[in-house]
Order: sequence, then C-alpha cells, then structure tokens
Amino acid sequence: MQYMLLIQSAEELYPERGSEEFSEMMAGYGSFTQEVMEAGVFVAGDPLQGRETATTVRIRNGQKTVTDGPFAETKELLGGYYLLECQSLDEALGYAEKIPGAKYGSVEVRPVMVMG
Amino acid sequence: MTSPAKAVEQVVREEWGRVLASLLLHLRDMELAEDALQEAVLSALDTWPKRGIPNTPRAWLLTAARRKAIDRIRRNQTTAKFEGELQRLIEADQREKEETERSSREEPLQDERLRLIFCCCHPALSEDARVSLTLKTIAGMKTSEIARAFLTSEETMAQRIVRAKRKIRDAGIPYEVPTPDLWPERLESVLSVIYFVFNEGYSATSGDQLLRSDLSLEAIRLCEVLQVLLPKDTEVAGLHALLLLHESRRPARVDANGGLLTLEDQDRRIWDQGLIKQGTRLLLSALTRGSIGSFQIQAAISAVHAGSSSFEETDWMEINLLYQKLYEFLPTPVVMLNSAVALSYARSPAAGLVAIRELEETGVLDDYQPFHAARAAMLRRAGNEGSAQEAYKRAIALTRNEPERRYLEKQITALESSALAK
Repeated sequence: MQYMLLIQSAEELYPERGSEEFSEMMAGYGSFTQEVMEAGVFVAGDPLQGRETATTVRIRNGQKTVTDGPFAETKELLGGYYLLECQSLDEALGYAEKIPGAKYGSVEVRPVMVMG
Repeated sequence: MTSPAKAVEQVVREEWGRVLASLLLHLRDMELAEDALQEAVLSALDTWPKRGIPNTPRAWLLTAARRKAIDRIRRNQTTAKFEGELQRLIEADQREKEETERSSREEPLQDERLRLIFCCCHPALSEDARVSLTLKTIAGMKTSEIARAFLTSEETMAQRIVRAKRKIRDAGIPYEVPTPDLWPERLESVLSVIYFVFNEGYSATSGDQLLRSDLSLEAIRLCEVLQVLLPKDTEVAGLHALLLLHESRRPARVDANGGLLTLEDQDRRIWDQGLIKQGTRLLLSALTRGSIGSFQIQAAISAVHAGSSSFEETDWMEINLLYQKLYEFLPTPVVMLNSAVALSYARSPAAGLVAIRELEETGVLDDYQPFHAARAAMLRRAGNEGSAQEAYKRAIALTRNEPERRYLEKQITALESSALAK
C-alpha cells in the first residue's frame, strides 16, 4: 500500500536558514531519505519551493482565476512529501515520526487511493 | 428445549466477537466481515427452525459467514480488490470440509481477539470510535445499546462505527498486536475499552438482563491475557483487580425476584471472598510498584467497600479522598458525582447536595440516570421528600433497565407511604 507523507511546516517553528538547527534538519532529511531508500520503501519524495512561489488556480462557474499564494492562508504550509510503499499504517506512521518536519510542524499520512 | 430463535439470539450474544475474529483471519475487511456475519445470522433464523439447531452453533455460523463473504465478494464484482481474501476464504472453507467435526479448530486463540482489540483501539481512530467499535465487534453489542451508553442517537453511533471500519480498511490499520515500543500508547485505550465492556456486562443498559455475566467474564479474560503479556504494568494489574473486586459482588446484586440491590442493601455474606482476596492481592502488589493510575485508584475504592463489614461502617471519608485523587486523573462529571455521594455519607446529605450543585447548574449529567437517582437519595435523606420524588421520576424516565426501574419505583412508593403516615 502506498502512503503519502505530507510534510506541513509551521512557520513559527521552522528553523532559520543558515542556523545550526537548519543544518541539523537538512542532515536529518538526508539520513531519513537514505534510510527509506535502503529499506526499499521509497517511491518518491521532494521538498517544495516556498510559499512565495505558490500559485493557485480555481474554476468557479466556468471562470478560471489564477491567484498568487497557496490555496489557504494557514499557519502550516505544505513543504514537501514522501511517497512510501508500506505494509500497514503502523509502518508508515513509524517513518512519519522520523521525518524532521514532524518537529517543525506536522506530517499528515494518507493512503494513496488505488483507482479502478 | 431451547427454541431455534432463542439459540440464534444466544449465539449472537455470546459468540459474535469470537466468530468475527475467526472470520477476520482470512478476511481483512471488517465492514464486509460484519455484513457477512449479519447475513449468516439471518440465514440461521431461517434455517434452524426448519432443520434444527446445529451441534456447534458457532462453527455453523462461521462457515455460513465465510460463504456469505465469498458470495458478497463475487456478487459485488470486487474479486480483483479482494483477490487474496477470496483465495484464503475458499481455502479455509475447503479445509473445513476435509477435516470436519474437530471442534477445537474453530477456537481462535485469545491472542486473536487481542489482535482484533488492538486493531479496534488503534490511535488513528477517534477515542469514541475505538470504544464503540470494540463493543460492536468484540462484545457483540447492539448499536442501540452502545448508543445509549454513550448518550447519543443510534444513527450517530451507526455512522461512527461504519466510518471507523472504513478507516481501518482504507488507511491500512494493521490487524496485529503492536510491537513493544507501541504498547504504552495503545494500552491505555485498550484498558478503558475493557472496563467499559465489563460494565456493560455488570449492568446491561437495556432489557431485563441486569447481569450479562458473559461480557464481564470476557473482560476479565482479556485482562488475564494482557497481564500475561505485560506482567509489569501496574495499570493492567489495577484494572484486573478492579474487575475482580466488582465481580465479587455479583451474587449479591440482585434479590430473589431479580430486583437490583444497591451496595447498601446487599447481603455482604455472599460476596465472593475468593475474588476479593485475589483482587486485593493484585492491587497491593501493583501499588507497591509505585506507578499509580486511575484503575488502581478505582480498585482501591472497591477494596475499601470489600473490606467493610457493613454499609454504615464503611470509611466514607477514605472513599471521598480516593475519589478526589481519582478526579486528578479522570476529571469527569461522573467522578465528581461519586465523590459527592461519598461525602454525603462521610459528612451529611446536605454536604453532598452542595457538592453536586455545579453539576446541576451546568446540566452535564441531565441525561444520566444515576445522577438523578443519587440526587434523589440525597434529597430524601436530607428530608426534602417532594424534590426527592421528582428526582426519582426523572431517573425512571431515563432508565431502560427493568430491575433498575423496579428499584426506583419502590423508592417512590416508600416515599409516598411515609408521606401518608405523617
């Protein structure tokens, strides 16, 4: 079963770029990615560019509108994701708690729907 | 001679959880498994009156449910989705044909039920859902009974259970006993669920069966299994002690006519001293290990009652203090109510009534029958017979348990005759 681990970064907790904590977090991502690859559960995973690069598209009554920014102004921002192939929710949750982002926001775990 | 309909009712009440656990060995979809089992029950209602009650009703039900599940998967054209399950079900069905009549085969290990419990108590489910689901699947309770225990409507409860089952399936919640590192986080809700199941068996919420000892014994058995798995956990021991101490009073809780007897009116000579000893020993050994919790405190309260020679000689101040301690762990209105009742005996009925004033004003327990019954008794003892009568009437309106109703009606009659005597 594939699980999408959505990393929601909380702005007030997120370490400042260039700080020691920031380097620790990045090192944490490096070793986590290596761990899931070696475990053979890694399907995909990427960080996303920041909030300022987000553009949102909506269609209402057939009219398209394009706006600057993420779809909702919240304290937490989708910062990246991992797509993992796991045996169960417990395995996926076990990985989720190891993602550095769990400390600087939250990680939402969602099974991927199998179509057809 | 039992009638076929009664036999079906009995097997559903006693064996639902066990049959479901066996079924889930091969079929990992709880919703589908329960639907299939429900269908098997309907077919038992149809078949048993015609062909007689089978020798092993549970085995009959399991076989029928398995075949219903196979049919359902094929009929709904979900064979691709349930490919593995279908294979396992068919294999299980054939194995059974080959080795008929070996009855122990159908007995799932207690571990199997434990596995089902941990699945139902997974933290990815809401707390309400965990309890409801366990009661439905392990204890075989009716949705309406669970709804009343939760002070909610049957419809809301049914939805909650369906949503929980779907989440188990869709999110891939494992059907497993968790690994040791996950135990503490999983254990707490398992314990509260077991306690709830016990209470359901101790005083059923509906019908004429005050004592559904099967549910209570099931809860005690589950505690025993947990104790084997977690011998050092003080709260497992605490819960186990609590259940044994409650259970020790079972023979004294009903009179010859099936009427409910409160602690005050029970014949303490028929309390089961063996269970009291066992429970007290368990509790003391847990308390000396120094990790206190809500179940140990509740067991301590029960132990104080068990050690008192009469209602009057009970150390109510001690009980009141224990309830206050309990309130630190479990700050619920019901604990506050119990604390107030203890205070009413330790000091005076008036002091008890003062202590429940906050509960009265907020109305949090307005739909809770024991609140009105307890309030009525305190009012009566305080000499306020008019208000006591009203409170008893409110309690009667809320009860759906026959022995309880009879008990409450008796209290009103007593009030009326004492009023007449004046």
